[in-house]
Amino acid sequence: MPSNIKIRAKSNNGVTTVKSLMSHVMETGLRKDKETGDPIPAHFIQEVTAKWKDQVVMTALWSGGVSKNPYLSFKFNGGEPGDAIEITWVDNEGKTETGTAEIS
Amino acid sequence: MIDAKRRILLKGSLGAGAIGVALGAGLLTPRAVLADWPEAAFKAEDQATALKELLDSDAVEASDKVMIKAPDIAENGAVVPVTVESDVDGVESISIIASGNNTPLVASFELGEGAVPFVSTRIKMAKTADVVAVVQTADGLLSAAKPVKVTIGGCGG
Repeated sequence: MPSNIKIRAKSNNGVTTVKSLMSHVMETGLRKDKETGDPIPAHFIQEVTAKWKDQVVMTALWSGGVSKNPYLSFKFNGGEPGDAIEITWVDNEGKTETGTAEIS
Repeated sequence: MIDAKRRILLKGSLGAGAIGVALGAGLLTPRAVLADWPEAAFKAEDQATALKELLDSDAVEASDKVMIKAPDIAENGAVVPVTVESDVDGVESISIIASGNNTPLVASFELGEGAVPFVSTRIKMAKTADVVAVVQTADGLLSAAKPVKVTIGGCGG
């Protein structure tokens, strides 16, 4: 499956800024179906791991309170153009997706 | 005759074995991966409980070294951009709390080696409330709050 994680990483004066956009419904489990009134089951990303080369620079723990199709930006010291950035998420159903990009 | 029965028995036990393996793989893998997800903190219905569950303390000190950026008015509570920064050294984690939500703890970011204390994301807000940022350092918890007026809630149906 092609990755749906869009990643842009830029290094500037020794600091790399990463911006990413994931594709996910981020259902809290609190909403109800408008027609049937049935609760819509929770389905959201619980954990996002961001790596620079093999080093974990950030782990995000999320609830369903993060907006649909989540946006995440972070920064770290170091990083050269061409270095690999890898972002992986895992949701509450155990589904996972990984996206990679190079620092520009 | 005996041989045929033996075949059936073998087939049966092999089948059961395969199901067992599939169940194990399907159910145990995600749980193992998500062992760290602090369920109690995310299910807590108030900030103090959430912080105690997540960071073992709810003693937060307001600090101007924690900067939080969010709109004054959010027309759509389903998408409220929030950026948190700090110029304190040794930040271990940054947590974002929407104090008016049913379960206020929205996200927590654990900073790895080399990470700059900066995160930016978008959150849902049920109603007009403070967005609270809590920065965890070795010396304790620092926080800042920013009121956000929400015209349409983001958590309802």
